[in-house]
Amino acid sequence: MSKSVTDVICPFCGTLCDDLEVIVSDDGKKIEDIYNACAIGAEKFMHAQAADRVKKPRMQQPDGTYKEVSYDEAVDYTAKMFHKARKPLMYGWSSTSCEAQSIGHEIAEKAGAIVDNTATVCHGTTLIAVQDVGIPSCTLGEIKNRADRIIFWGCNPCHAHPRHQSRYSIFPRGYFTNKGHKNRKMIVVDPRDSDTAKMADYHFKLEQGRDYELLSALRVALRNEPLPETVAGIPREKIIEVAEVLKSGRFGIIFFGMGVTQTLSKNHNIDNAIMLTKDLNEFTKFSIMAMRGHYNVTGSGQVLGWQFGFPYAVDLSRGFARYNPGETTSNDLLRRDEVDAIFVLGSDPGAHFPISSVRKIAKLPSVCVDPHITPTSEISKLHVPVAFVGVEVGGNCYRMDNVPIEARKVVDPPEGMLTDVEFLDRVNKRLDQLMGGKK
Amino acid sequence: METVTLTIKNQPTLYLEADTITPDNFSGKKASEIAALHAYEGRDQVTLGKYFEVSGEGGATAEDTRIVVKGNVSRVKYIGMKMTAGEILIEDNPDMYTGAWMHGGKLTVKGNVDAFAGIGMKGGEFVIEGNAGNYLGAAYRGDWRGMQGGVIRVKGKAGSDIGYFMNGGTIIVHGNTDVHVGTHMEGGKIIIKGNAPSKVGGQMVGGEIYVYGGIDVMMPGFKYAQDEELEVDGEKGNFSLFHGDTGERHPKRKGQIVYGKLYLRN
Repeated sequence: MSKSVTDVICPFCGTLCDDLEVIVSDDGKKIEDIYNACAIGAEKFMHAQAADRVKKPRMQQPDGTYKEVSYDEAVDYTAKMFHKARKPLMYGWSSTSCEAQSIGHEIAEKAGAIVDNTATVCHGTTLIAVQDVGIPSCTLGEIKNRADRIIFWGCNPCHAHPRHQSRYSIFPRGYFTNKGHKNRKMIVVDPRDSDTAKMADYHFKLEQGRDYELLSALRVALRNEPLPETVAGIPREKIIEVAEVLKSGRFGIIFFGMGVTQTLSKNHNIDNAIMLTKDLNEFTKFSIMAMRGHYNVTGSGQVLGWQFGFPYAVDLSRGFARYNPGETTSNDLLRRDEVDAIFVLGSDPGAHFPISSVRKIAKLPSVCVDPHITPTSEISKLHVPVAFVGVEVGGNCYRMDNVPIEARKVVDPPEGMLTDVEFLDRVNKRLDQLMGGKK
Repeated sequence: METVTLTIKNQPTLYLEADTITPDNFSGKKASEIAALHAYEGRDQVTLGKYFEVSGEGGATAEDTRIVVKGNVSRVKYIGMKMTAGEILIEDNPDMYTGAWMHGGKLTVKGNVDAFAGIGMKGGEFVIEGNAGNYLGAAYRGDWRGMQGGVIRVKGKAGSDIGYFMNGGTIIVHGNTDVHVGTHMEGGKIIIKGNAPSKVGGQMVGGEIYVYGGIDVMMPGFKYAQDEELEVDGEKGNFSLFHGDTGERHPKRKGQIVYGKLYLRN
């Protein structure tokens, strides 16, 4: 006999689906089947069952092989690394719970570390723009029930957030949107013919790196000022037509992703998109939302925000919080040799950072805390496997619209395996001992 | 005027945050007292004397103090931060935040500066004989008041985002710049004697931008107004005036909308 666990939270993307059903064996140890999840989410649960999963911390040896060590030795090595370093970098935090992040920040304060999350190569530029001009946003529930003008700008939810459109943005029949997708006009801005773009009513196939100009052009069109014949390769008439479509809606939303945050103009693109949203509110109700990637990257921004006042790239080296993307962001720190140790938890910079930064990680004292074997774990001096948050341990997570959702435990972790919280807690206590009560 | 000479003797392994290197901090101090001033390397508080050979002594006031920084200071940040008077001459390439939040005096860099030079500047003269990095004369993160006064002159090239949220003062770049010149600009003047690739004056509310070379892609919100003959930085020339950014809010004065002005040299 197997039992079913309902209303399970999916710890994969920022959509944080909360309707999964997981079939678990009677002894509560094995996941047998998953309903309602997308292919990526289901794989995340199944991967926790992999036969080749690393179950003990591994220390890299001089010849490149690994030696299994105990959790006590791993805790000691990590605490000593923080004790010795004068400016360690603590990167990641997006695939773990808010509780773990909070303990991590306690360690960072003691060690004079820099805490940076994956926003640094993702929506960090969004956070800069929000700080510069503010943000008019809403929840996904409001979009499901009200939105009839949907813009996807530089994002491809068909592949990156597979259930986003069916749960919130395009297909669901909401309170005021009872005809589902027939109620909605969908506009996609993407230089590629992505699967999302194929579904659109209007597809702006703009020239690469000209998002800033196109956003400006829409704002000019809203003010009935003259426009050049084409902007970013889009004819003037088309821009004016879409501006009219946006104005005529009852409730509109701009979703945006890496296509605008990490291409030319970066934070300025988002700045201008937010100002376009503000301008559209002269005519109708409009909102804007970042398509956050990892399931709890928003949570990392929240926890850093309430503890230190800044959402990422927080430099605590001088005992108070400082923040300046371009200086205190991970890639700049690594590129410029500004840090002397690196601790990675819940992310994979080895796969996502430029090779010049990855080479620097390989040369530094490094610890990688991750349930999986990743490119980062392979170049780190110490790899500490932990339980999967949202599968083997619960914890608080924030959805892309800043709604907190408590993730649930479904099965037990392998015997003797620590969770992120337990491991960080032990490192924190060991660091206290090493410092002898002194900062 | 008394001169203090700092010659770097030990390179920091991380970066040195030396915001104490200003005429204001050095005035009235002997060489030994200057060597005992604080700086930071990572979380460690260190003294300037650990990295610099100090000779000479400060004048009675900041106005009477001149500082000469010699040697490779490419790992030293914040030189001349918040200086109000006096002079600093840096003979090599300093790192980030050189002359940040400068209020007065004169700061000369013989080499190149890295990013965030002269951010939030309020007054004084800042001359960079080499190239400047990104965010020259820009606002600090989250601040809507960027550069408010003073003059920055770059003899070489400049990076992107110069004059971000600029409110006053003048930036002159003799070479080319990267993208985003005067974004969110509300006042002041930017003169670019070379080319600026694109996104010049985006979201500009007020102020003036002069471009002598070419702009590859103009922002859509700029409309041609008229031709004008003007004297800019001591030379006369014919310019085409564009008003913008028409996508942005603009104040009214005497019933007329006040636009930002973009001058292209004919």
